[in-house]
Amino acid sequence: MANPSFTPSTATPGLDPGVHGPASPALEGLDPRVKPGGDEKLLWAEGLHLRFGPITALDDVAAELWPGEVLAIVGESGSGKTTLLNVLSGKLPPDAGAVWYRDPVGDAHDVHAMPAPALRALHRSDWGFVQQNPRDSLRMRVTAGGNVGERLMAAGSRHYGTIRDTAMDWLRQVEIEPSRIDDMPTTFSGGMLQRLQIARTLVTHPRLVFMDEPTGGLDVSVQARLLDLIRTLVARLGIAVVLVTHDIAAARLLAGRMMVMQGGRVVESGLTDQVLDDPQHPYTQLLVSSVLTA
Amino acid sequence: MTGYNFAYLDEQTKRMIRRTLLKAVAIPGHQIPFGSREMPLPFGWGTGGIQVTASILGPDDVLKVIDQGADDTTNAVSIRRFFARTAGVRTTTRTAEATVIQTRHRTPETPLREGQILVYQVPQPEPLSRLEHRRAETRQMHALAEYGLMHVKLYEDITRFGHVATSYDFPVMVNGRYLMAPSPIPAFDNPKLDRNPALQLFGAGREKRIYAVPPYTEVRSLEFDDHPFQPRRAPGTCALCGSQASYLDEVVIDDQGGRMFVCSDTDYCAERVALREAAE
Amino acid sequence: MIMLRAEGLGKTFTLHLQGGTSLPVLDGAAITLEAGKCVALTGPSGAGKSTLMRALYGSYRVDRGRILVRHAGAMLDLAAADPRTILAIRRDTLGYVSQFLRVVPRVPALAIVAEAARGRVDKAEQLLLRLNIPRRLHALPPATFSGGEQQRVNLARGFAGGHPILLLDEPTASLDAANRDVVIGMIREAKARGTALAGIFHDRAVRDAVADATVTIEPLQDAA
Repeated sequence: MANPSFTPSTATPGLDPGVHGPASPALEGLDPRVKPGGDEKLLWAEGLHLRFGPITALDDVAAELWPGEVLAIVGESGSGKTTLLNVLSGKLPPDAGAVWYRDPVGDAHDVHAMPAPALRALHRSDWGFVQQNPRDSLRMRVTAGGNVGERLMAAGSRHYGTIRDTAMDWLRQVEIEPSRIDDMPTTFSGGMLQRLQIARTLVTHPRLVFMDEPTGGLDVSVQARLLDLIRTLVARLGIAVVLVTHDIAAARLLAGRMMVMQGGRVVESGLTDQVLDDPQHPYTQLLVSSVLTA
Repeated sequence: MTGYNFAYLDEQTKRMIRRTLLKAVAIPGHQIPFGSREMPLPFGWGTGGIQVTASILGPDDVLKVIDQGADDTTNAVSIRRFFARTAGVRTTTRTAEATVIQTRHRTPETPLREGQILVYQVPQPEPLSRLEHRRAETRQMHALAEYGLMHVKLYEDITRFGHVATSYDFPVMVNGRYLMAPSPIPAFDNPKLDRNPALQLFGAGREKRIYAVPPYTEVRSLEFDDHPFQPRRAPGTCALCGSQASYLDEVVIDDQGGRMFVCSDTDYCAERVALREAAE
Repeated sequence: MIMLRAEGLGKTFTLHLQGGTSLPVLDGAAITLEAGKCVALTGPSGAGKSTLMRALYGSYRVDRGRILVRHAGAMLDLAAADPRTILAIRRDTLGYVSQFLRVVPRVPALAIVAEAARGRVDKAEQLLLRLNIPRRLHALPPATFSGGEQQRVNLARGFAGGHPILLLDEPTASLDAANRDVVIGMIREAKARGTALAGIFHDRAVRDAVADATVTIEPLQDAA
């Protein structure tokens, strides 16, 4: 029996070609001859409900994401944004509702109905997940190069020299000195650890990356550098991102669209600058007006 | 001999272990849990190997037992005598004559034939145990063939030492599917597992796992394309038989630092010496 | 050719944090932009000129009315379009020069303009030089620039995109006379290329130099 091999950019292993998801609703006022980005949705969910005992974590939440775009989910603690991220990425099943993902071949898959091996394979190849605390994702007793190379090796890469060159190239892209490739992450600063996590996640060119407060816990100057790095890489590689953050400035910088959550509900969503410059919902207005500007 | 079941184990236990062996042979390299029994020697002394041997011995079998390649160490002698008493089978020190060979820490130098069975004593059946302590995790990794972590370990070794630093119990891929621990045999012996005409069985008594490599199964040591697997042996010649190809033991012969190299496989060495003497 | 036609625009801000106070700003506002022509928005300060500008760009939502934009050969209603459509319109058709440069940390001025010029660094450099931003500043992030310099980077970015429709909100507010003339020249060239422009010009002279038509915005009476 042969080892299931990883073939990026073609069929995701282990997934059956399934039901096609719901079609895009017709847009009002829109000339049907012109298609907005032209592409089909990459990830979409509707009717998500989730309770933890008496606490409502998600209340009738919907979301959609197209290839190459950045969607920010903004809210304060307890808003449900991290829960939503975990449901969208398949880590937490909802009580009701479904999350659909369209693979590179164009087939739609119900994320929570996928067999566990398929979901794990997805997370190792087409998907990425940047954790708030990089130590949760990195192997602290493996060298920087080993950390960056792991996804390559998991995908079947077997040439030491190539793995090492690729790792060094990625360290350079995330602005870590390539000479640190053999150093342990225990010798890295917080900002460097986060950049290392990003390198480790992007090395297999995922199409979709989930980010949970990527700048949380970092010094302000370090945050600016990291945000700029994320912005550049995402734009250059055409990665779709679901970004959970409480930092509105980060959302404005990175995201084209955003959703505002409060108490498990989406209170407002739309174009990022429109939501931030012309907030409609009382909570959004409160959130925007509370941001301190230097 | 009365008062003992044939080869010590009761029929129910033998049946359970044989069923486990069948499963193991059906899934080459995959660890199958089994109800490891109390044996008249402590865990860590070969209880797994003994239980496997006890389950497959028949009255017409000829048994050889080696420990680090030698038939005459204490453990090899004790185990051989144990089976002579409880099964009444013929025993031998000659690899070519044996139908069942139980071994600890070496494979025989003499090539094996179809119909022979090699039983390995295994202390730690889980090849990923040092990298991932959680058994729930390693079970998932085997189930999903997620072996990236092992390659990370090889990568780290090459980065740190310039070569893979594992010299025994070197992990192998069996039949292109399962990662297996070949037991603490020297890496030098790994190539002998590949497409061996004999049936190879592995028993870990304390860890309660059995696994198997059927005859003619592909067994490949892990490697990188540009850092291929290179088995090592002491560069030297056997002082007794003159072999330059067998695995050598280094023996200190006096307290002035005098030493000599001899074949670790005593039967192989003795055969070669006998051949040389016959030629003279 | 009509590039943009907005009609019947109404907008009221509801300030929930101030007890739900209503602030009507636009009521029935309308504007038409034609290729090769520039329309100046006039009216007293606070009347709603900037609000209208931002509504045309989609930064502000309108409560009623339509904003038809000629995009990819068809007229789309930006006021009713979904976010991705608006982003596409902004990318290819509709450009905007705001009053203040929203500073992106760490990115050099040249890179900011080059990004808008779709990677054409040479074009970006020319624009910056034309707006009298010397070469030595090109590699620096504009965070430390003066107000006037930041506004000129903003202008360079706005004109670098080559959008068929361009909205200018106080483009010469922080500029000296020399740079004002540069901007006038750039607007005239844009018009010659067929760009449709709308602008808020506090400077009478600039307005007279470039505007082909004016639309006056009157402040609304405060609602009860």
